Amino acid sequence: MNQLNLTEKDQALLRGEMGSAGKMSMRILVAMAKAYGATEFLDIESAHIDGCLYHGDSGLEFAERLVQGNGQVVVPTTLNVGSVDLLHPEAFQGTAVQAERGARTMKLYEEMGCKPIYTCTPYQAMHRPNFGSQIMWAESNAIVFANSVLGARTNRYGDFIDICGAITGRAPAFGLHLTENRRATRVYSVEDLPKQLFKKDVFYPVLGYFLGLNNRQTIPAVIGLPDHITEDQLKILGAASASSGALALFHIVGKTPEALTLNDACQGELPAEIIKISMDDIRESLAHLSTVPDGPINVVAFGSPHFSLDEFAQLMPLLETYPIHPNVQFMVCTNRLALTGLKQRGWLDLLREMNVQIVVDTCVVVAPLVKTNRGTLMTNSGKFAHYTPGNTGLNVIFGSMEECVRSAALGTVWRDDSLWLD
Amino acid sequence: MAGLVLQGRMLVEGTAVAPIHLLKAPLSLWGGLDPETGKIIDQRHPNVGEIVTGKVMTLTAGRGSSSASSILLEAVRQKKGPAAIILAEMDGILTLGAAVAKEMYDDAPPVVVLNKADFDLLTHNTMVAIESNGLIRTIDN
Repeated sequence: MNQLNLTEKDQALLRGEMGSAGKMSMRILVAMAKAYGATEFLDIESAHIDGCLYHGDSGLEFAERLVQGNGQVVVPTTLNVGSVDLLHPEAFQGTAVQAERGARTMKLYEEMGCKPIYTCTPYQAMHRPNFGSQIMWAESNAIVFANSVLGARTNRYGDFIDICGAITGRAPAFGLHLTENRRATRVYSVEDLPKQLFKKDVFYPVLGYFLGLNNRQTIPAVIGLPDHITEDQLKILGAASASSGALALFHIVGKTPEALTLNDACQGELPAEIIKISMDDIRESLAHLSTVPDGPINVVAFGSPHFSLDEFAQLMPLLETYPIHPNVQFMVCTNRLALTGLKQRGWLDLLREMNVQIVVDTCVVVAPLVKTNRGTLMTNSGKFAHYTPGNTGLNVIFGSMEECVRSAALGTVWRDDSLWLD
Repeated sequence: MAGLVLQGRMLVEGTAVAPIHLLKAPLSLWGGLDPETGKIIDQRHPNVGEIVTGKVMTLTAGRGSSSASSILLEAVRQKKGPAAIILAEMDGILTLGAAVAKEMYDDAPPVVVLNKADFDLLTHNTMVAIESNGLIRTIDN
């Protein structure tokens, strides 16, 4: 078994010289480092914390123990969504006890010095790690974005260990922290797909879903995509890939920073074959994203990951053309920074007049916000499409942004038949 | 099955003496285990309805969401957790849940990983003693 080498600082943490929270955090990190066979720890530059989402009193007690032990983060640390929209608490449809414990959990993490941005898109809310930086991030879409699009380095961290990293500033050196483990081990080509598809946002969650399903033990690289892919398209691709599977890193050759060439993505070790993705593959992934046939809908939800201002800019003219049917609950989840932008542009008032419910700090699949517990939710998000049935009990239908808005106007699904042609 | 002695790798240290509860498939505790009752609730799992409280939960692998760490911690908090966990492959999520439980509460389950050939020697209901160095001994009834 590998020997774990600890620095003087690591040992001081273990001795409790930086407080009992630092000691408990380091003990947990050491247990994980040994389990993963890491031989040392490395310094991290930032953390993003998922543990502020309440789902049981043990998580609350864990945070309380850290706060009591003077736990304070030592690197810039942001918070992922919580279970309550702190700016719009009236939108919460759960019990008062759930709301109180949810809000208390969020406040405990704030007390430890975490920035209360409460978003799954920290990278679009002024927390963007540099290329090559070592970080400890939780939240599956943020992890895959940070690794793939920013070229920062994190494993798939989650509840508990995330705050341990933030309090100690240390991460076990294993997995995607290390260059050799970031190599593309499977290569796909999209050359057989119709080029018109690449211009459409709706294609990217479907491609992401395909990559996630088929790369549980491998790191995919994709060749043949145009370089006009937007950041938001990479965001929704990644989120879908981390929902259908557990993807933490993908490479888009010619676009993402560790994949300027195919040879770079593969670190000089090209795989024996290049797999061509077919329209049948794409249609099969698309079919996974809806659980019922087209028909009446009750809810439209956007914003997993949280909507950017660019995405709102696409949405505004559609809503003006196709006003929402009064029986449809229409929700968009976003972060506080984008909310400020909406106010500055005068869009927030317009959206409210058009019966759009803006949700911040949380989202539809982690908090009880949908007013009905039966019926059908339509979304353009691969991640919402994946988690809606299990987490809300609603059926789900996936479509493009335009399909969702026009369906919201009609109260029943409208389709753009040109989208998925060969 | 007398006198079986297997050497495992200890992921979370501790000792336990309890019967093996062998799961026929990997399990995600998130949506798979009710922490208030210790019962397996994943309707698609072959061991659905069985209770792992106080048993050596023996499964080839964990599966699924990282929130499974919280479920294990919550089960330990409610005193409904397994007595120990034996795996055939390393699982970071279960390890984390048990490591945090060990810090937070007194009776965290030790977690041991065996190689697959040794793992396959374990049978349901066999009493075992898990020692702090990772040795697993079967005990005659």
